Amino acid sequence: MFDIAGFYEARSVDDAVRALSEDENAELINGGTDVLIRVRAGKDAGRALVSVKNIPEIKGVKLLPDESIWIGAGTSFTHITNDPLIMEHLPMLGEAVDMVGGPQIRNMGTMGGNICNGATSADSAASAVSLNTELLLTGPEGERRISIHDFYTGPGRTVRRREEVCTGFLIRKEDYEGWTGKYIKYGKRRAMEIATLGCAVRVKLNGDRSRIEEARLAYGVAAPTPIRCRKAEEKLKNRSLSDPGLLSDFSETALTEVNPRSSWRASREFRMQLISELAKRALSEAVKLSGGEIHA
Amino acid sequence: MLKIIHVTVNGREREIAVDERESLLDTLRNRLDLSSVKKGCEVGECGACTVLVDGEAIDSCIYLAMWADGKSVMTVEGLKSREGDLSPIQKAFIEEAAVQCGFCTPGIIMSAVEIVGTGKRYTREELRKLISGHLCRCTGYEKILDAVARSVEEHLRGAAD
Repeated sequence: MFDIAGFYEARSVDDAVRALSEDENAELINGGTDVLIRVRAGKDAGRALVSVKNIPEIKGVKLLPDESIWIGAGTSFTHITNDPLIMEHLPMLGEAVDMVGGPQIRNMGTMGGNICNGATSADSAASAVSLNTELLLTGPEGERRISIHDFYTGPGRTVRRREEVCTGFLIRKEDYEGWTGKYIKYGKRRAMEIATLGCAVRVKLNGDRSRIEEARLAYGVAAPTPIRCRKAEEKLKNRSLSDPGLLSDFSETALTEVNPRSSWRASREFRMQLISELAKRALSEAVKLSGGEIHA
Repeated sequence: MLKIIHVTVNGREREIAVDERESLLDTLRNRLDLSSVKKGCEVGECGACTVLVDGEAIDSCIYLAMWADGKSVMTVEGLKSREGDLSPIQKAFIEEAAVQCGFCTPGIIMSAVEIVGTGKRYTREELRKLISGHLCRCTGYEKILDAVARSVEEHLRGAAD
């Protein structure tokens, strides 16, 4: 038996917002793979749960009229990975969420929960940051849109208010078309593991694939929140793939932008090593996916 | 407080009174006597409680019974034929000697049902990933992988005939 004060299955997003607004002790539950673990551990014990697990309007992946891709916050990781739109336009995100937990967890857990928990280690987070993802939040005053860059405020903390429901994520065409990306998760095991470090690199090459037009770099567990390393990205702008300093400039600049901590999973020093090494590996892979090769 | 839910369990429609705080695991074991569903870690790590909900494998220990309302749930008890025979997947586990203490077996068999049901052929590495949500402390997984691979092959061969 879970130590919860009550349970309410919302019929719609508005119904969930209403239920959350009416009970100060209520918290949102989506896939349940984090919330119920916290309840079991006594951390969220005694709270009432408002569930959005069975709301069709927040499930699925859609191509919007402006060619943005919408991912419903209630879409399970498995459904994201297997979605044809994701496979075609955002394979990196599909692969990243395919590294969460194990198959059963991926059948239950959702991207909405993964992001809204505010964990820096969330496997979808680094990719979402590198994609300039926007979040859609519905609260008592209506819907608001917020960039993922403004979403996290600290470990496990976000700007989402308790009574707000994350309904989905938007990725603009300019952030996926023409780009390729690679997410590398480092953990001691290859399954049922929380990332020791996660690194997402995206690149856009020029026409003859000899130089990088633009790049993005984002990490999980390199700081209290998922972060984007804009200075390292700047270093790659219009840079030739045969420039000998390419990889080292990128990884060394990234090191100036991060702030990992020591935890039982890994020391700060080891994480710094991973931050540098994974940046290089993910960049090389992302370039390869675009049909280019780094000759540095 | 008890709530009434309607769930199709192993093909049979059931009306069940459940506590809204209970897991589907507890409902299946304690209210429906489906003891193939094992209680292991209770935090979604060991996979012993795996059942299928609308055809997808989930950890029933971290799945609220209330969520199963209106859905279809399948456990190992639902695999046997009308005559009481074991299913081809269960037989494959016996043939490959994939069972030792047996505690993890029902969960892995339910994942195997999902895997076989995709109708795809998988590499050994892919199968490893597909059963990575299960812990087995006896076998070292090799025999289990043999049994799952055999189940997939037999199914594909049967479908081709």
